[in-house]
Amino acid sequence: MGKTHVKLTVNGREVEGLAEPRTLLIHFLRDELELTGPHIGCDTSHCGACTVDLNGKSIKSCTIFAVQASGAEITTIEGISGADGTLHALQDAFKEHHGLQCGFCTPGMITRAYRLLQDNPNPSEEEIRFGISGNLCRCTGYQNIVKAIQTAARELSAPKEAAE
Amino acid sequence: MIPGQFDYHRPASVSQAIGLLAEFGENARIVAGGHSLIPMMKLRMATPDHLVDIQDIPELKGVREDAGALVIGALVTQTELIASELLAEKCPILRETALQIADPQVRNAGTIGGNVANGDPGNDMPAVMQALAATYDIAGPNGARQVAARDFYEAAFLTALKDGEILTSIRIAAPAAGHGYAYQKQKRKIGDYATAAAAVILEMSVGTCSSASLALTNVGDTPLYAAAASQALVGTALDETAIGNAVAAAKDITDPAADSRGPKDFRTYVAGVMVKRAIETARSRATA
Ligand SMILES: Cc1cc2nc3c(=O)[nH]c(=O)nc-3n(C[C@H](O)[C@H](O)[C@H](O)COP(=O)(O)OP(=O)(O)OC[C@H]3O[C@@H](n4cnc5c(N)ncnc54)[C@H](O)[C@@H]3O)c2cc1C
Ligand code: FES
Ligand code: FES
Repeated sequence: MGKTHVKLTVNGREVEGLAEPRTLLIHFLRDELELTGPHIGCDTSHCGACTVDLNGKSIKSCTIFAVQASGAEITTIEGISGADGTLHALQDAFKEHHGLQCGFCTPGMITRAYRLLQDNPNPSEEEIRFGISGNLCRCTGYQNIVKAIQTAARELSAPKEAAE
Repeated sequence: MIPGQFDYHRPASVSQAIGLLAEFGENARIVAGGHSLIPMMKLRMATPDHLVDIQDIPELKGVREDAGALVIGALVTQTELIASELLAEKCPILRETALQIADPQVRNAGTIGGNVANGDPGNDMPAVMQALAATYDIAGPNGARQVAARDFYEAAFLTALKDGEILTSIRIAAPAAGHGYAYQKQKRKIGDYATAAAAVILEMSVGTCSSASLALTNVGDTPLYAAAASQALVGTALDETAIGNAVAAAKDITDPAADSRGPKDFRTYVAGVMVKRAIETARSRATA
């Protein structure tokens, strides 16, 4: 049972490596690629802390083998801020609205919210709650997470100010 | 939790997949979305030596109409099912059910084929397929065959699928325009399987129920097609007495496990409530 070749585009960068077929994507990202943003919260497909974007869809990276993802484009929390480190509107809004306390759920929560806003730029409160229902937070009570996502949605869909 | 070791295969066609399954026999397992299988592999409840990943097989994808039947490829994910305009128009119970399965991430990965082939009594789609009188298209080393959803489930995790066979698509005769439908599911929280759930498809004709089809999720070893309960509705105005008779007949065939979702009696009681609500909702949606 040899290792298999895994090739991914992660945060815009092509990466290749060898992995045992049983290596879960979350372990490949964290241990091989040293992208420790996506967290392992439950390891049972429930909490969403391991959420990454795979070919334009949110998935739980603890419930897919790295080889199954081979060939895919992946975005992790590390790929969401600007290349120069500027925070994404969602990251800013989470900070402003206290959308995090311990921060453990935050990478998954923001990565999920990022995709939610791509799919639905103007979600209602109910749509936000349904959209993040696969992400558990033990600290905030969700209220401020919802507020942060609403703020980021407004920010992102506001017409850009005409540059003088 | 890291699953045991296995070799990985990614065939590009159904015939290649069947070849691999034949070569490795009972040590091989198909993986589609992996959202039932990988959790079981983590717990060593499944320990395949070979995984045959069917994700690249084009024949298993997409939703189409074929001679009046709706044909849903095994690889259609729950998210794709929810997004399908054809299904929303012709068979809306599928969308209603898919929206009650797990959460967005799980629905992006989980496939309809995996959901109905898995054989877990907790899966929601099998009862819906029984209510719709769906048939499953199956391909194997000896050619293709079809099995009705109502005949497919034998016991928990035991189905009519034989080693080496692949479920390729699901075939549904679209219910008549104006039909009533509902999938009512009681669960403790998002991401939980049903305490009990009921699927109903019915037709009304000038105030009288002209056909009805009812099935139950997670209150037995298999999904349960509730023939007597369905029959109790036909020819009635779906009045309180008729609904009461159907509820009693449905509760009669349940045999739920006592688990963290509650003791047997409670789950049977909840099944009755789900049946009642599903019939009432379906009635309110039926036109004619
Ligand atoms: C947190 C969580 C909550 C969930 N909640 C629910 C719920 O409420 N209701 C519900 O219905 N489901 C639920 N699920 C299960 C989910 O819907 C699964 O995705 C689904 O049961 C299986 O589909 P899959 O594509 O992931 O199959 P896989 O996990 O890949 O396969 C499941 C089984 O089916 C076999 N198989 C798969 N495809 C085929 C095929 N085409 N032909 C023959 N055999 C095949 C596999 O060999 C395996 O034995 C939940 C899952 C998780 C992780
Ligand atoms: S670690 Fe993947 S869902 Fe919790
Ligand atoms: S901030 Fe602690 S789990 Fe969400």
